[in-house]
Amino acid sequence: MLSLPRTTGLGFKPQHFADMMATDTIGFVEVHAENYMGDGGAPHAMLAALHDRHAVSIHGVGLSIGSAGGLDRAHLARLRKLIDRYQPESFSEHLAWSSHGAAWLNDLLPLPYTGETLATICAHVDQVQETLGRRMLLENPATYVTFASSTISETDFLTELVRRTGCGLLLDVNNVFVSATNHRFDPRAYLADFPLFAIGEIHLAGHETEELPSGPLLIDSHGAPVADPVWTLYAEVLARTGALPTLIEWDNDVPDFAVLLAEATRANAILHDIERQRTDAA
Amino acid sequence: MQPDTHAAQQDAFQAALWRQDPPAGLTAPAMDEVAQRFSVYRNNVQHSLTRALASRFPVIEQLVGATFFTAMARVHIAQDPPTSPVLLNWGAGFPAFLDGFAPVGHLPFMGDVARLEYARGLAYHAADAAPVAPDALAVADLETLRLGLHPSVQLFKSPHPALQIWQSHQTGAARHMLTAGPDHALIGRAPDFSIIVAPLDQGTFAVLAALAAGATLESAAKHNDPTAALTLLLRHGLITAIKTGVPT
Repeated sequence: MLSLPRTTGLGFKPQHFADMMATDTIGFVEVHAENYMGDGGAPHAMLAALHDRHAVSIHGVGLSIGSAGGLDRAHLARLRKLIDRYQPESFSEHLAWSSHGAAWLNDLLPLPYTGETLATICAHVDQVQETLGRRMLLENPATYVTFASSTISETDFLTELVRRTGCGLLLDVNNVFVSATNHRFDPRAYLADFPLFAIGEIHLAGHETEELPSGPLLIDSHGAPVADPVWTLYAEVLARTGALPTLIEWDNDVPDFAVLLAEATRANAILHDIERQRTDAA
Repeated sequence: MQPDTHAAQQDAFQAALWRQDPPAGLTAPAMDEVAQRFSVYRNNVQHSLTRALASRFPVIEQLVGATFFTAMARVHIAQDPPTSPVLLNWGAGFPAFLDGFAPVGHLPFMGDVARLEYARGLAYHAADAAPVAPDALAVADLETLRLGLHPSVQLFKSPHPALQIWQSHQTGAARHMLTAGPDHALIGRAPDFSIIVAPLDQGTFAVLAALAAGATLESAAKHNDPTAALTLLLRHGLITAIKTGVPT
C-alpha cells in the first residue's frame, strides 16, 4: 500500500517550484486537490515534476464530507480522475462541511457529533473509499463553536469513524491546540483519547490569537510559524507513536522558502530525536 | 421546536452566514460570546471568496482599490456564489455583474477588463496540446489549408480601450496616453506556460477570428494579409494541427 515517508513535508506553492525541486530537506509535498482540477497547463506540469522528485499527498478541501445531503458526485469523479492520474502516496480530507444546497461556502464548517452525523459521515467515507479504491485520511477540525445537540466527544466520534470505515486519520496538532484553547479543555486529555494508531499524517501550522472577555480565541490562520506549545504537543505525540509523516502548512501570507525550510528543519530534528530514542530503547 | 436534524442545522447555519445573528443551537464556554465566535466563520467565508475573486481579477482590484473591491465582492458573492468547489472556474459571471453594477457605471470599460482577466485564467488552465513544427505550413496546400489552434486561444474585442487599461496595470508597464477603442487582442498560452496577451490590429483580428472559426487560410486571407496572424501563432506555438482537404 502507498504511504508517505515518515519525514517532513511542505505544502506546495507555485512560487516555490524551483526550490521544492532542489531541496533534500523534505520527503514529500502536499497539494490541495481542487487546484489541480483544470484541464492542463502549468499546475499539472509542476505536479507531475514534483511527483517525480518527491512523494505527494493530495489534500482535498472540496468534498464537504460532513454535508447532510449526499456527496457531490461530479466532484468525487474529478477527484478519482486526479488520483488515478497521479497515484499520490496519500489522500486526505476534512471532518467538516462546506456546502449545503447550491452554494459553495469555501470554509471548513463545524459539525455536531451525534449518532445521525456519525452515520452520515461513515456512509460518505465508505463512498469515497470505494470510489477511489483506497483508504483515505480524515483530519480533525479547528473549531470556534460547539453544538448543544452533540452527544459524542470528538475523539470518540473519530475513533468510531475509524472502526466502522477503516479510514485513517490526519492529526492536525495545531487544530487540537486551537480547539482546546477555544473550548477551554486540556489538549493532552484530547490526545490521550485520540486513536493514535490510525494516524497516517500529522499537520503543523500557525494560528492567530484574538482576545474575548472570557479568554483567548485562537484562529487557525495557516499564516504564521508553528507556535511553541504546538511543537511541544507534537513531540509528546511522537514519543507515543514514533516518527510520522509531518506536514508544515502555510497557506496565507506565504513567506520565503527559507522560512518554510526552517520550520521543516525543526520538525526533522524532532523526528530524528524520536527515532534515536526509540532505537536506543530497543 | 423543530427536531434538530443534521440537515435543518446546516440550513440554519448557512442562512446565518448571510445574516446578523448566529443560528440557534450553538454553545461556547461563555454563551454571550457565541455571536463573536460564529462571526469567525462568516468572515472566513467572505474573506476566502473575496480573495479567490481578487486573484482572478487583480487589475479590477487595482482599478477600484482593495476596500471598494471587498465591498463589491460582497454584493457579487451574495448574488452569484460559487456552486463548485473548483474555484479556478469561478468568476465567469463577474464581468456581466460589473457591466450592471451602478457604482462603477461611470467606468464602462470595467466589464471588458474583467473579461480579459477571465480569459487569461482560462488560458492558464486550458488543456495541453503540442504545437506543429514551424515548417509544417510550408508543405501544405494553401487553398484548402485550415488550422487547429491551441485550446487556450481566445480572441478579445472591446469597444473600450480595455486592453490598454489592462496593459497599463502590468508590472513595469510604460506610461503612455490611451487611444480610443476598439481594442483587439489574442490570448493564449505558450509552450513554456507563459500567458500571451498580444494586441492586434482590426485586420489581423478578422483573420484570426476566421481561422479560429475553421475557415481555410485562403478564405481568411480575404479579410487582411494573414502574415502577421500566422507569425504570431507560430511564434507562440499556438498552431496545434494542420488540416488540408475539404472539411467533412
